[in-house]
Amino acid sequence: MTCDEAEILLHALIDGELDAGHAREVESHIAGCPRCAAALRDYREMSKAIAEAGAGYTAPAALRRRIEAALPQPRQAPNRRAVLRGFAMGSAVSALAATGLIAIVLRHDDFERIQSEVVSAHLRSLQAGHLTDVVSTDQHTVKPWFNGKLDVSPPVIDLTTQGFTLIGGRLDYIDARAIGAVVYRRRQHVINLFVSQTSSTERRPAKVETIQGFNIRHWSDRGLNYWAVSDLARDELADFGERFESAIRGAG
Amino acid sequence: MPIKASDNDPEKARRFREAALPYLDDAFTLARYLLRNADDAEDAVQECYLRAFRHFDSYRGPAMKPWLFAILRNVCRAEYARRATAPTSAIEDAPESAKQTPLWRETQETPEAQLQRRWDSDTIRRLVAALAEPFRETFVLREIQNLSYREIADVAEVPVGTVMSRLARARAMLRSAWLAEEEQSK
Repeated sequence: MTCDEAEILLHALIDGELDAGHAREVESHIAGCPRCAAALRDYREMSKAIAEAGAGYTAPAALRRRIEAALPQPRQAPNRRAVLRGFAMGSAVSALAATGLIAIVLRHDDFERIQSEVVSAHLRSLQAGHLTDVVSTDQHTVKPWFNGKLDVSPPVIDLTTQGFTLIGGRLDYIDARAIGAVVYRRRQHVINLFVSQTSSTERRPAKVETIQGFNIRHWSDRGLNYWAVSDLARDELADFGERFESAIRGAG
Repeated sequence: MPIKASDNDPEKARRFREAALPYLDDAFTLARYLLRNADDAEDAVQECYLRAFRHFDSYRGPAMKPWLFAILRNVCRAEYARRATAPTSAIEDAPESAKQTPLWRETQETPEAQLQRRWDSDTIRRLVAALAEPFRETFVLREIQNLSYREIADVAEVPVGTVMSRLARARAMLRSAWLAEEEQSK
């Protein structure tokens, strides 16, 4: 590697945007080049100084108030509650039971919506040339890449020997929340494994469903929700999920 | 401006508040650096949030922060255009860039001199504000806003390769300025 190349790539190294192979190349150039080594050291020093000093600004309170005032204000009596009240009064069902009923209905709706968002995210990842933010077949590169980007640390497990090749990770967006996607490949098929936090720690066994021609295997374990999405056949996707789950149990 | 029925929807407003308002300081920071003027930055951020709210129905990702930034950047570019045609251009007002001596020395020099000093946030802000526009933008998005290269490329509407070369140049210029400051303060 030449200095010209290293001068650009050492920034990607600092920013954690290089895969393990390129990172090693840059590091070996730097080990033999005092000039690039000095640059790297200074840039790291600068980043640290900026992070420590804090170079951001705080929005003035007046700006916040102006924006708040320009948005529609919440109404006193939301529609849903009005409906509920009518329902509870007009029948023998207590208001409490009615609330529970509505909650269940909403939760189910939520679930359907999230399933279809998961499929959309999978489709987006295939179309936009944006399958991975970090490209690596090494779980020890992919896992730390998520650090600081999410409020959970998605387990990254190498299943290459079992026929599912780890190809990288990506930040995605589901239900208006950042979510981690770990990306695998089997032959020509991409598997997106979406991982998000859940408040419940109980283990929920896997369910495989088909939406818009894609198979989704959903399960929950140890406070994490998983959705594996792929155009792989149902039994192959189920096989992926089982191997993943048993690898996690083996690891922990 | 066209008003859609959904613009009066309090439920939409609630979701928008929850999703977008946490990034108000970040948006203000970006606008401050792009426009180098606090009043213009306030106006730009307000306009950005109103635009974002109008388009919130069609928001499907990416992450909220880069989505807001892409809108904000367009608002700021409109402001550049206005300044360019205004009789007295405000963009030359940034007094620090005039006083900046020496101007950038490029990376060829002084690799041995090591950055010694801790800088306070005022110094950092002044040095960053003195960077030329595309470099300043890339640098702030990466170093202060922590966006990934891909996100920066999307916000600035340039290829990732351009992000990388701009970032390399921005950091090199900043390093030279930094070393020059240390030289002066000795």
